[in-house]
Amino acid sequence: MIKVITGNEAAAYGALLSRPAVVCTYPITPQSRIPEQISEFYAQGLLKGKFINVESEMAALGYVTGASIGGVRVFTATSSQGLAWMHEGLHWAAGARLPIIMANVNRPFGAPWNLTCDQIDSLAQRDTGWMQFYCESNQEILDTIIQAYRIAEQVSLPAMVCLDGVYLSYLSESVDIPDQVKVDEYLPPYSPQFELLGSGGGWKLMDVHPPIEGGYDPFNFMGDRYELHKLESQCVETAVKADKEFYELFGRTYPLVEEYKCEDADVVVVSSGSAVGTCRQVINSLHDTGQKVGLVKMKMFRPFPRELVRKALSGRQKIAVIDRNLSPGQCGIFYHEIKWALNMNVNHKFIPVYGFVSGLGGADITARLIEKAIQYTMREEPPEQEVIWLGLEEKKISDDYDKNAIKIY
Amino acid sequence: MTTTKMPSKYTKEEYVKPPHGFCAGCPIPIALRWFLKVVGEKVVLLMPPGCAAPSVLFPKPSLIYQGQRIKVLMTPFGSASIFAGGVKSALIARGDTETQVVVWAGDGATFDIGLAGVSAAAERNEDIIYVCYDNEAYQNTGNQRSSATPWGVITTTNPLPTPKMEYKKDIMSIITAHRIPYAATLSIAYPDDFMRKVEKAKALNGFRFLHLLTPCVAAWLFPAGLGVEVSRLAVETKVFPLFEAEYGDIITITKEPKGLPVEEYFRVQGRYRHLTKEQIDMLQSEVDKRWNRLQYLATYSSK
Repeated sequence: MIKVITGNEAAAYGALLSRPAVVCTYPITPQSRIPEQISEFYAQGLLKGKFINVESEMAALGYVTGASIGGVRVFTATSSQGLAWMHEGLHWAAGARLPIIMANVNRPFGAPWNLTCDQIDSLAQRDTGWMQFYCESNQEILDTIIQAYRIAEQVSLPAMVCLDGVYLSYLSESVDIPDQVKVDEYLPPYSPQFELLGSGGGWKLMDVHPPIEGGYDPFNFMGDRYELHKLESQCVETAVKADKEFYELFGRTYPLVEEYKCEDADVVVVSSGSAVGTCRQVINSLHDTGQKVGLVKMKMFRPFPRELVRKALSGRQKIAVIDRNLSPGQCGIFYHEIKWALNMNVNHKFIPVYGFVSGLGGADITARLIEKAIQYTMREEPPEQEVIWLGLEEKKISDDYDKNAIKIY
Repeated sequence: MTTTKMPSKYTKEEYVKPPHGFCAGCPIPIALRWFLKVVGEKVVLLMPPGCAAPSVLFPKPSLIYQGQRIKVLMTPFGSASIFAGGVKSALIARGDTETQVVVWAGDGATFDIGLAGVSAAAERNEDIIYVCYDNEAYQNTGNQRSSATPWGVITTTNPLPTPKMEYKKDIMSIITAHRIPYAATLSIAYPDDFMRKVEKAKALNGFRFLHLLTPCVAAWLFPAGLGVEVSRLAVETKVFPLFEAEYGDIITITKEPKGLPVEEYFRVQGRYRHLTKEQIDMLQSEVDKRWNRLQYLATYSSK
C-alpha cells in the first residue's frame, strides 16, 4: 500500500509492523508526530501492545528497558535533548544486551536552542554500545526499523535508527507500507536470547553475564565489555544478511556502505542522512558532463563498518567527507572515523581525505555547496586543517584563527 | 534492650540467607526478611544503588528460595520505579499476573533522584509495591545529606558547626497527594503492624507505597544492638508516626504513640548530640505540630 507520509509517520509504521509489546515515548520537537501516530494506531486497535507516554525521556527508555528485561519486544523514539536525557540508560541497555529499537530524530543540542537538524545528538552517543543506522528517505526509515529488529534480536544489542530532523521528520514522501504478513515472515516473534525473568526462577543471563545483578568484579566487567566489543563483526555480518533477506522479500535494499556511481571514480564524496539525496543529484549531473565523481553513503555508523569503508574507498585518489555534525576542537565525526579507517592501516596506501562541515543547526546543504566541495577537493592539495567550513555565513571578524580557517560560502 | 519478634503464623521459609553484606545491627535485612515472608518467592525486586542492592548480592547472593535466587534487578539510581513499570508490563504481556514487582529503594533514590519517577509511577497507578527504606541520608556512600535528613543532624556533608538546617521532606504527604490505593509507614519495632500492612499491600492492585524507617547504626551513631529501640522511640515520640492512607483520603493512625519527649529519641543518637535545649524545644513543637496535622487528617478523613 502506497501512502504519502512524513518521516515520523514512517517510523511509527515501521514500529507498528514490527509488533512491539510495549511502546513508551516522550514527546519532543521534531519527533512528536511519532508518539502521536503510534497512539492513533493504539486507539484504533491496530497496535496490540501497550502504549504509554511517560514523564521524561529517561523514563521512556527506562520503561522499555524494564519491559525488554521482561522479555518482550519494545520500541521508543526521541530526539536531541531527549536522547541526552537518556544517556545513562543508553549505556545500561547495551551493557544488559537488550535489543531495544529506538527512532532518533537528529536535532542539535542547545545552547542555543535549535529545533532543526544535525547529527550531534546521536553521534555523541557513539560510545554507548548501540548500533546506529542513518536514513536517507522515509521509505528507508520504515524499512530500517523492521530490519533493525531483525538484526538487534539476533545479536542481542540495542539499535538506533536515525532520521534527519525537519528534512525527513516533517517531509512527506510516498512510502510503500509493506504487507503485515510479509513483515511477519521476515520478523518472527521475539524470543529473548537471554531470558532474564523466565520460569524456574533462574536468571540465565546472570550465570554468564553478571552486569544486571552486580558486576562489581572488575574481571567479570572486562569480560562483559570484551563480549560487547567482540560483537562488532557479527553485527555487520548480521546486518548485511538481514538486508539481503529483506531484499528477497520486499525488493528494496540498503547497503550499510553504499557505493553510488563509484566505478572508475577517482574522487568520492561521502555523506549520510538526507544530504545523500542531494549528493546523488550532484553526482548525476557531474556524470552527465563526463566527470567521474562517485558517492558513498554511510548508513551504518556503529559498529563502524571499517572493512566495508575500506572496500568502498581504497584506491581512490581523494575523498571528500561532508559531515552534518562537528566535534568542537576536533573535526567532523564521520570524517574523523573514515580518515582513521583508511589511513591507520599500514597495509593501505595513504589517501587524502577532505573534511567538510556543513548544515549545522539545520542549515541547508545545497547542491551548489556540494558542487563547491567537490571542486575544492579536485582542485586543492589536501589542507592541514581538519575542518573545511562549507556554507558558513560570512562574518566580519578577522582573528588569527579566522585567517587560517578555510571557508566555502 | 527492646527486641522484636515476628508473629508465629508466618512461614518458616527464610528468604534472606547469611552471609549478607549489611552492617551488624542494620534493620534493613530484618525488614526484607519479614517482607518476603508475606510477599513470597513470586517476586521481582528492583533495587537502585543504595545499601540494600550490594548487601544482598555481596559477598554472595543472599536472597534465595529453595536453592534458586530470588530475582533481584539492579537499576540506575533514578530509574527503579520506571524499570518496575516496564517489567510489570512485560510480565502482563506474557500472561504472568501473579508475580509481584517490588521496588526496594532507599531515601536518596526515593526522596531525591528518583522522585519524578516515583511520582509518575504513582500518577499512572503502576501495579507495583514501592518500599522506601529510609535511613535519612546517603548511607551507602557514607552518610551524605539527602532531603530525608532531619533538621539539625550532622552528616558528612553537614559537619559541625553546620548541621542540616532544612526540614525532612514529607514524602508521605507527597505520595498520598497522588491518591494511590495504599500508602503506609512501617517500623520493625511493631511486627504485627508491619506484617498486616505488607499483607494489605500485597492484596491490593495498583501503586502501593510503604515508607519504612531503618535507623542506621553507622551514621545515626547508636550501639549496634539498639536498632529496634531507636525504631520504637521514633514512633513513641511521634517523630515517625505509624499510619496508613487509602486512596489518599482515608487516613488511619495504626499505633497510638505514648507521646514521649523527642529528647528521648535524640538522646540515644550521636548525630543529635550537639543540639541545644532551645533547638530541642523547637523540634518538639515542630513534631507536635506535624502530629496534630496528622491527627486532624485522620479524624477528618474517617468521617
